[in-house]
Amino acid sequence: MDGTLGLLGGGGGGGSSGASTNESTVSKVEVVEQDFVGMSSEASSYPAEAELELGLGLSLGGGGVKAKPCTWGERGRILTAKDFPSVVSHGSSVPSRFTDRATAASVGPVSGTKRAADSVSQEGGSPTGVSQVVGWPPIRAYRMNSLVNQAKSQRAEEDKSRDASKKKIYSKTDPAAKEKCHLGFVKVNMDGVPIGRKVDLNAHSCYETLAQMLEDMFFRSTTAVSSIGSSGEKEQSQKASGYKLLDGSSEFVLTYEDKEGDWMLVGDVPWGMFLTSVKRLRIMRTSEANGLGPRFQERNDRQRCKPI
Amino acid sequence: MDPKRKKDCHDSGESTRVASTFPDEVLERVLALVKSHKDRSSVSLVCKDWYDAERWSRTHVFIGNCYSVSPEIVVRRFPNVRSVTLKGKPRFSDFNLVPPNWGADIRCWLVVFAAKYRCLEELRLKRMTVSDESLEFLALSFPNFKALSLHSCDGFSTDGLAAIATHCKNLTELNIQENDIYDKSGCWLSCFPENFTSLEVLNFAYLNNDVNFEALERLVSRCKSLNVLKVNKNITLEQLQRLLICAPKLTELGTGSFLPELTDRQYSELKRSFSICSNLNVLSGLSEATALYLPALYPACTNLTFLNLSDAALQSEEFAKLLVHCPRLRRLWVLDTVEDKGLEAVGSNCPLLEELRVFPSDPYEEGIVHGVTESGFIAVSYGCRRLHYVLYFCRQMTNAAVETIVQNCPDFTHFRLCIMTPCQPDYRTNEPMDKAFCAVVKTCTKLRRLAVSGLLTDMTFEYIGKYAKNLETLSVAFAGSSDWGMQCVLGGCRKLRKLEIRDCPFGNAALLSGFEKYESMRSLWMSDCKVTMNGCRFLAKEMPRLNVEVMKEDGSDDSQADKVYVYRSVAGPRRDAPPFVLTL
Repeated sequence: MDGTLGLLGGGGGGGSSGASTNESTVSKVEVVEQDFVGMSSEASSYPAEAELELGLGLSLGGGGVKAKPCTWGERGRILTAKDFPSVVSHGSSVPSRFTDRATAASVGPVSGTKRAADSVSQEGGSPTGVSQVVGWPPIRAYRMNSLVNQAKSQRAEEDKSRDASKKKIYSKTDPAAKEKCHLGFVKVNMDGVPIGRKVDLNAHSCYETLAQMLEDMFFRSTTAVSSIGSSGEKEQSQKASGYKLLDGSSEFVLTYEDKEGDWMLVGDVPWGMFLTSVKRLRIMRTSEANGLGPRFQERNDRQRCKPI
Repeated sequence: MDPKRKKDCHDSGESTRVASTFPDEVLERVLALVKSHKDRSSVSLVCKDWYDAERWSRTHVFIGNCYSVSPEIVVRRFPNVRSVTLKGKPRFSDFNLVPPNWGADIRCWLVVFAAKYRCLEELRLKRMTVSDESLEFLALSFPNFKALSLHSCDGFSTDGLAAIATHCKNLTELNIQENDIYDKSGCWLSCFPENFTSLEVLNFAYLNNDVNFEALERLVSRCKSLNVLKVNKNITLEQLQRLLICAPKLTELGTGSFLPELTDRQYSELKRSFSICSNLNVLSGLSEATALYLPALYPACTNLTFLNLSDAALQSEEFAKLLVHCPRLRRLWVLDTVEDKGLEAVGSNCPLLEELRVFPSDPYEEGIVHGVTESGFIAVSYGCRRLHYVLYFCRQMTNAAVETIVQNCPDFTHFRLCIMTPCQPDYRTNEPMDKAFCAVVKTCTKLRRLAVSGLLTDMTFEYIGKYAKNLETLSVAFAGSSDWGMQCVLGGCRKLRKLEIRDCPFGNAALLSGFEKYESMRSLWMSDCKVTMNGCRFLAKEMPRLNVEVMKEDGSDDSQADKVYVYRSVAGPRRDAPPFVLTL
């Protein structure tokens, strides 16, 4: 294409990217790739690959699109596991922009009508950086508001029904329906990683397997790199580290947001109860998790705390 | 009362012109029967006589873009208009992509109409800005005013509705649909005079404040011709039952909230009221409906052709049970809470289905994510072979699924698929979704409207340009690889009228490749693409009959054209553009 475009590469296919992009991200690519170097080769060893879903959501796809030095073809491939390292490089090259965009967008539609923006921001404020692109998905503002209100009242209803009131809607129609509601994917974000993932809680029956899966997703490097020798060793070291996120010995701790919007440490409540209340997960830096409760050695004494 | 133009006598003597053998009066009578505005446009192009006859006999005018023409031009050409439909803002304003105070104010139109169309009866507005003063002006200026429909409009409050209710003595229709309205109170309903009886259509489903129920009940009782009633969520089941008794001849009903608890006696009374409503064709509302009370509806569903459950988060079981009672369904709108299992029930129970819209209940994934997948869509396609309109929000899709779907239903005229994560590939093969949309345009030769999503390369657009010869509206987001994609569409889709694009890598070359085409289109929207101000200026210079408008956002690069709106106009550049709209 001609030079009037003023941007990189004239938007060629997937492979082309402007030189300037690569230069600026080279160092970041190295750092981040380290974290995920085991990913593509190990992909086949995941027990149930279908569960592993790159839930990039909208944080990369659309947010800071304006004349950003990323070509579309590469952005387009972001959801392919094989391309993960190259995707991450782009993701990490624009983290500040996306945080900015995310903060702006998390308040709701930016250039929206006053009422729509107000009501969405009250309810939908997802402040943890998994941003919402303005005007996407393409649903009318009116419908968005009514969905928001409906979600509120539905949650209130579910709480009431759990209190064994007359409104046992689910148990009246289908005893299995109540459980069915708790199955499915939740988003997982880790501090410092712009790309979120999704985990199928359905596939787990206890905290340990969940924690192990999350560590495999996000911390693969430290265990895999150090134990590449034999698969037996690798498994062992994986198992040994399977509880790092839960016991507080690592730099990160696993937390979740419950239905009331509070952030809680994972592991406090029985698994079943956790399933009914979890909305999403976050791998938080231990240093930031201070407000969430007393130290991890005292698991029994943990109390619910206000979100950070 | 209708001023008629006297025919010049000497024309009738010429035998060479076939048109002249008809006196004007006859021609106008015949043309009066032509209703479709597209046909009327064609009629007006035949010859001067027909142009004149057509303009004198036109009673309804449809203006798809309020800035494409001025009110003065409209009233000069069509002196006898009684019904006007006007659309204002670009469609993407529905998704907050257009800043407030953009324009499309009805005021200047009303002033001109008040002078020239004293007999105006109907006004239908979509995406226009309407103030309370305008509504009051409307109510006072047109003594014969009958029908007001406001869809996705903004700028007014319930005070404006009160003015309409107070002054429009002959009102037959008041349709307030999904507007950004300042809902002060429900008092407006009480403003209908006690001797007012002409109402046939009343839709206030999207207003939030309580209306005085007794006033509503009296209104419904005395308006014997009322056949459409859509109430808001504050009307309880018990109140609904009382309304149904007053208006058993309803053909369209929008219920209030379906939630509050009823005693057994109340429930059976409700069921009985519904069984009296045997004429219902359209049912909507049902907010917060649960399995508990849905069976009360069953008797009323036999003749339903349109069921709108997009406000009711039903689960698959209760939804399936309801569908069993709706064998004649042709249009269905649901939330994705019914999931694939619910859609299988659609396939099993609704063989006459022509339109399906599945909306997401949790678009921002606040909680645990469910929704519908490709399986539900496939199931519908096997059972509903007449399906021709679909709007489907989902989180995963495959090329193979879409190929199967269009094999089963090749008659699609409107195919709007929204895979909610931008740039998402086929989740099984990890390929782009190109093959899916290629199959759609190749198989569905009658396709008029298409919305694409998922990971798409230029190949999709090559196919669209090559095969979608009847395509009129195309919506694109987060798709394409290069300018070539858009060039293919502009070059190939002969009948394209509306093209709306956001967040795609199309730049000046693409924009300018279509510059001759834009005059045959209603409008082009491009936001967050790669178009620059220079490109837009060039287009504006080359095509003076196009309005090329750029909306600038604060803090963005001066050379980038963030939002571009291009449309043909005989009215010249806008005179009411706000500061953030630059007309080039």
